[in-house]
Amino acid sequence: MDIIVPQVGESIVEAEIGQWFKQDGEQVEKDELLLELETEKINVELNADASGKLSILVQEGETVKIGALIGRIDESAAGAEPAEKTEPAVEETVEEKAEGKQGRPETKQAAVTAEPSEPASDQEQPPMNPAVAKLAAERNIDLSTIKGSGRGGRILVDDLPEAGKQPEPAGKAEPETPQPTESSASETGKKDLQDERVERVPMTQIRKKIASRLLKARQETAMLTTFNEIDMSRVISLRNSHKAAFEKKHGVPLGFMSFFVKACAEALKEFAAVNAQIDGDDILYHHYYDIGVAVGSKRGLVVPVIRDADRLHFDDIEKTIRDFAARADSGKLSLDDLTGGTFTISNGGIYGSVLSTPLLNPPQSAILGMHAIQDRAVVVDGEIAIRPMMNIALSYDHRIIDGKEAVSFLKQIKTYIEDPEQMLLEM
Amino acid sequence: MAEQTFELIVIGAGPGGYVAAIRAAQLGLNVALVEKRASLGGVCLNEGCIPSKALLESSEHFFRARHEFAEHGIEVGEAQLNLGQMMERKQAIIKKLTGGIAGLMKKNKISTFQGEAELQAADRVRIKSDSGETELQGKSILLATGSEAIELPHLPFDGEKIINARDALSLSEVPKRLLVVGGGVIGLEMGSVWSRLGAEVTVVEMLPQILPQSDPQLAQMLQRSLKKQGLAILLETRLESIEQIDEGIQAKLSNEKGEQQLVCDKILVATGRRAQSKGLGLENVGLKTNKQGQLEVDEDFQTEVAGIYAIGDLVPGPMLAHKASDEGVVFAERLVGQKPSINYQHIPAVTYTWPEVASVGRSEAGLKADQIPYQAGKFYFAASGRALCNGTSDGFIKVLASPEGGRILGVHIVGPHASELIAEATTVISFGGSVQDLAVTSHAHPTLAEALKEAALAAAGEAIHG
Ligand SMILES: Cc1cc2nc3c(=O)[nH]c(=O)nc-3n(C[C@H](O)[C@H](O)[C@H](O)COP(=O)(O)OP(=O)(O)OC[C@H]3O[C@@H](n4cnc5c(N)ncnc54)[C@H](O)[C@@H]3O)c2cc1C
Repeated sequence: MDIIVPQVGESIVEAEIGQWFKQDGEQVEKDELLLELETEKINVELNADASGKLSILVQEGETVKIGALIGRIDESAAGAEPAEKTEPAVEETVEEKAEGKQGRPETKQAAVTAEPSEPASDQEQPPMNPAVAKLAAERNIDLSTIKGSGRGGRILVDDLPEAGKQPEPAGKAEPETPQPTESSASETGKKDLQDERVERVPMTQIRKKIASRLLKARQETAMLTTFNEIDMSRVISLRNSHKAAFEKKHGVPLGFMSFFVKACAEALKEFAAVNAQIDGDDILYHHYYDIGVAVGSKRGLVVPVIRDADRLHFDDIEKTIRDFAARADSGKLSLDDLTGGTFTISNGGIYGSVLSTPLLNPPQSAILGMHAIQDRAVVVDGEIAIRPMMNIALSYDHRIIDGKEAVSFLKQIKTYIEDPEQMLLEM
Repeated sequence: MAEQTFELIVIGAGPGGYVAAIRAAQLGLNVALVEKRASLGGVCLNEGCIPSKALLESSEHFFRARHEFAEHGIEVGEAQLNLGQMMERKQAIIKKLTGGIAGLMKKNKISTFQGEAELQAADRVRIKSDSGETELQGKSILLATGSEAIELPHLPFDGEKIINARDALSLSEVPKRLLVVGGGVIGLEMGSVWSRLGAEVTVVEMLPQILPQSDPQLAQMLQRSLKKQGLAILLETRLESIEQIDEGIQAKLSNEKGEQQLVCDKILVATGRRAQSKGLGLENVGLKTNKQGQLEVDEDFQTEVAGIYAIGDLVPGPMLAHKASDEGVVFAERLVGQKPSINYQHIPAVTYTWPEVASVGRSEAGLKADQIPYQAGKFYFAASGRALCNGTSDGFIKVLASPEGGRILGVHIVGPHASELIAEATTVISFGGSVQDLAVTSHAHPTLAEALKEAALAAAGEAIHG
């Protein structure tokens, strides 16, 4: 049974092995906690999928790609005698040696050596040339996938796959001997010395992945965006008049997000295609409403998913969002929190955007974009009035959502927010 | 007030700071280097590694001329000391090297500023000098202000009678009786210099072993050698107080057995060094040091304040020049997105006494504590042909290797040229090499380096000459 780094969420391509909770060679039970993975945005705990003897292939602190092999569980060893890397044996060995004699390993120790597990006496990585670690980190190479051609399988610089667009001449790191500025600067491609006004910086691995995902979302869907605007005055006054009471009763402040989540859940019920997704030649209609909401955190923007949003009360929604935000800050969001939404709300308003087209989050078929609220002059009952207005946008996959549906869905959101009573009374 | 803008401002031109500045400039950054001293190179070049090694070499020649030439059949009569010339030679070396660094700064188009730097904000530094004040703006700021000698509360430095290592590198005459407080690297090196030049040297150390960080077997071996050379070493002894008397300074020493008086002319206090950040304006950016006065940093060497970094003696880890430089390089490369890292287990540490002491990798005590099985192999220089030819056969090499794969975990050397021999050991360890790797590597004969191979073979129980 292989232990593989799971898909952790959108735009995350690598993770760091935070901590192994089990030792190499230790007997583990199914569902026991094996390790914690750390990513840019969340920490994920991995449990054993089977019982057996654990061999750890990638050590703590190493960075690994999604899908990389980081360990194995030998199921044939399940229930077998626990691996005897126990303390007494080790101690005895040490004492023998400590007596100073250079005697060869004796029987007791041979027993340890005969253990089928790999020698892990020094808890370091398998031997490799020192430059390999640096190059592998820069080229994002998972060393466990590399076959070393050096003595005893040692990984040499030449064993590493060529770096695509990140020229980093092997073995050039000789910091002590100052090198001519020009050659080394252009070698690393960090700066174009010809033109001091331009800086050339290679894209990080994550940026590249985001770039290709975004491009894919554009290329592989038939995305269109429709816009509308909302007069926020009713919601604002509703919120203002109930704010204090709401907070007192539920212990969370009342925000606008819960109105939008609620409005979307209701509207999605009416426009099934917006909550659907394409799967091959089929369309999957979801009869549940799991809505992803963008949450700003210390670690960046994450999009955790509110489950069954239609069945939640306002306070539940607010509490869920708060809880997400707190856990996002501390890196405690789980993989489950981030996956499997059927629809997404993004809020460019956080950054002050007044109008933008949100990008689909495949395989979802639609995404609502909220924006900043601005006082604008609008015509109400034939008169010019100042109203707090918000532009909203719905990007949708035209392959399964018709223009009429999309426009109507967005109009429904507008209606619900402008006239919240209607939504609350479920009319 | 003129304000210039840089991508990186480095404060402190020691082996940490100046190396970081060069590497960053090589990588295309626009770099400023601020140093309050008149010359570049920090403690290491001006009052540390370099001058101490110059004097150690000179004093060793003197010692040999007096005590060993005759055995080689060389009669030179009574060797005479010209201390002034010895100091001038040392000074010339410092001048040459610090001047060389200034040249490197020019070559790499690094703007150097002389003056004391104080942080104003996370991206702003004020420099005060005799010629006025100026402010620099920097996208990133690297603090590399190093360390200073720790003063004992009851023995403040006066530069005359109570001296620190800096003073001990520039004495104008050989003290008759020198008391060294602290049996660490600096105390033993400086004590050796003045002992060889004729001083009566006594070293007091509070702990039960000299070089407390080292392998006890190495420390004992060194202690025996130093004793033979004439140094008195008092372990588990502390200096309680001093009193000025007619014949000099009377020092009251105490140990388990009781008290003891010792009269000397100078006291060198070498009890350690402390990270130095006074006047740097840490409080202006909300940075705090830890209990040891150091700044804590992450793997990019970034402090708690984004954009402010720190390396060298100012941050935790061994206070060594090459550690500071290694950190400087890694800092600069990580700043531009490269991904090097430092394995602190693979940083060698050397004491330049006679014999020299050098270690890299794990210690026996550490392996025992972590319950990691290992085998130790030893080879004595007394069995090395080259060492016998050289007349320098004190000492041994100890190799610690894993019993299973033979991977070399640690190498500890006390002996001639240990400082150079440790380089091969460091290379092997950082390549993850094993006893077998050394066994199949040809070593020229006769060399001291053969001893490393023999010690490695001994660890596998296969020594040829052991
Ligand atoms: C006697 C002696 C012998 C030694 N021998 C060895 C040896 O053989 N091998 C070895 O590896 N190590 C040796 N060391 C230790 C070594 O010198 C240090 O580890 C090393 O110098 C640390 O480098 P650094 O760059 O961190 O700081 P430093 O070398 O201390 O440099 C810091 C610089 O910053 C400057 N500075 C401080 N504050 C400011 C400010 N506010 N504005 C501007 N400039 C500022 C200081 O003037 C100084 O020049 C020795 C030390 C001593 C004292």
